[in-house]
Amino acid sequence: MMRIRPTPCATEGRPGRRALAAVALAVVALPVALLAVPPLLRAAPLVADLSQHLVAITTGFTGTEVLLFGAVDEPGDVVVVVRGPDRKVVMHRKSRVLGVWINTAQMTFARAPSYYAVASSRPLHEIAAESLLARHEMGVENLRLALPRAKASANVAQEWRQGLIRNHQALGLYQKDVSPVQFLGNRLFRARIALPANVPTGSYQVDVFLLRDGRVVTAQTTPLQVGKIGSEAVVYDFAYEHSALYGLIAIFVALVAGWLAHLAFRKT
Amino acid sequence: MQIYLPIAEMSVNVLLLLAMGGAIGFLSGLFGVGGGFLMTPLLIFVGVPPAVAVGSEANQIVASSVSGVLAHWRRGNVDFKMGLVLLLGGLAGSTFGVGLFSFLREQGQIDLVIRLSYVVFLGIIGLLMLYESLRSMRRRRAGKSGRRKLHQHTWVHGLPLKMRFRRSKLYVSALLPLGIGFLVGVLAAIMGVGGGFIMVPAMIYLLGMPTSVVVGTSLFQIIFVTANVTFLQAYANQTVDVVLALLLLAGAVIGAQFGAKAGARLHGEQLRGFLALMVLLVCTKLFFDLLVRPGDLYSIGVGH
Repeated sequence: MMRIRPTPCATEGRPGRRALAAVALAVVALPVALLAVPPLLRAAPLVADLSQHLVAITTGFTGTEVLLFGAVDEPGDVVVVVRGPDRKVVMHRKSRVLGVWINTAQMTFARAPSYYAVASSRPLHEIAAESLLARHEMGVENLRLALPRAKASANVAQEWRQGLIRNHQALGLYQKDVSPVQFLGNRLFRARIALPANVPTGSYQVDVFLLRDGRVVTAQTTPLQVGKIGSEAVVYDFAYEHSALYGLIAIFVALVAGWLAHLAFRKT
Repeated sequence: MQIYLPIAEMSVNVLLLLAMGGAIGFLSGLFGVGGGFLMTPLLIFVGVPPAVAVGSEANQIVASSVSGVLAHWRRGNVDFKMGLVLLLGGLAGSTFGVGLFSFLREQGQIDLVIRLSYVVFLGIIGLLMLYESLRSMRRRRAGKSGRRKLHQHTWVHGLPLKMRFRRSKLYVSALLPLGIGFLVGVLAAIMGVGGGFIMVPAMIYLLGMPTSVVVGTSLFQIIFVTANVTFLQAYANQTVDVVLALLLLAGAVIGAQFGAKAGARLHGEQLRGFLALMVLLVCTKLFFDLLVRPGDLYSIGVGH
């Protein structure tokens, strides 16, 4: 399991307000910048950035939204693909044994993204051909979730894949629908990346594609870190890195708490 | 008010956890039971992964048993010799239990085994208690007061390694408390319970201990067994959420005060009847969850 210890320069304050400020800045600054730069530099077909590059999971964390904003040189379609760090996923399938539902089959996916979301300026199938969508893993149905061929035939593998996707969608870790990329005029765009409360930690990859006439003109990759911070990170890291000591401390804390409770009881 | 539980890796309402702790604490004060066997299923019902529910609940029971045993100790209601023998069995049993837990978790069967154990044990205990309380209610109404023998002699008393337990006024084979301790230790590890609800009847009916020392002695050994479970679960499976345990405890401490006061006003048989019905209710719910076709036949295992 990957764990990222975020740098202390974590952003604080309400994400909504920050995002708004970032948009305002982008809206004002980008056209000015585009006008000001010499024509040669102006040709950069795609520029994009995130409102924050670090999402900090703190005590009160209930999920957050990261804003992606950017500009293109000429009108086109923009597709954003966000992937959480890849992980090994063990899946189980239940069947009925003596009236009780029991896990009877098991399949291991060597790697699957722990988080997956897509945003697009138009429905994906209107933008590009199926083959291109598959190549860039655009859309949850195009995720490459390989199973060892010896273990599962194509049909069976597909069912396991669907199972994995459904479970992740139920947890809110794979987005069910493609969210919109909104254009403000012809050049400026923005998209929201929703991260739920149970978002896995690690290095995320945000790929922004610019497409015209069903082809990828250019693409840009931006990293996004999700890390536990403050007491959560301390407790979590400690539990995994010093398991024995964590166990002893847990007992000690319980003993003290029990004793304090006894004192409180006796007073009344 | 939401709080992020670092080990369970989920965001839960603090007030919900405090209320759950309070409700179970109230019941444990009311009935004089640990409450672990109700709290763990409740945690599972609200979405805490069963493995984390079991590990954290063991941690909470350490705390609640300490506060309980101190009160009994002051009244001299702890048979330390019997407690130590039970404890030896309990330590072996809980160590074995955590090993079994890790194995079943890798096999993807731990959730099933946790639920099945609850169904079986809650079912048995609930029915026995219901039967007991109904019978004594009927007997009370009939006005008869049948005197029970101190204890009956059975095959149990033929076992070797006899030991004298002065505080309990017993002369029995050490194998018996060792065996009971072991079984309860395994259950503590797998079900996240102190095991009082099995230990106490076993001490009364199997060992024939006087009821006055039963609760104190059982609490005494539960502290060490659940401490062992806490340590091993934290060490081997990283499933102990201290934040969750402390929040539940805070609620339980307050709830238990009110529970104890309410309990003083109610009749013993009625209380036991209530508890039995509640236990059977939880048991039925868990049982039906196993029978109902799950929403998705596919599920994510460990490594998630």
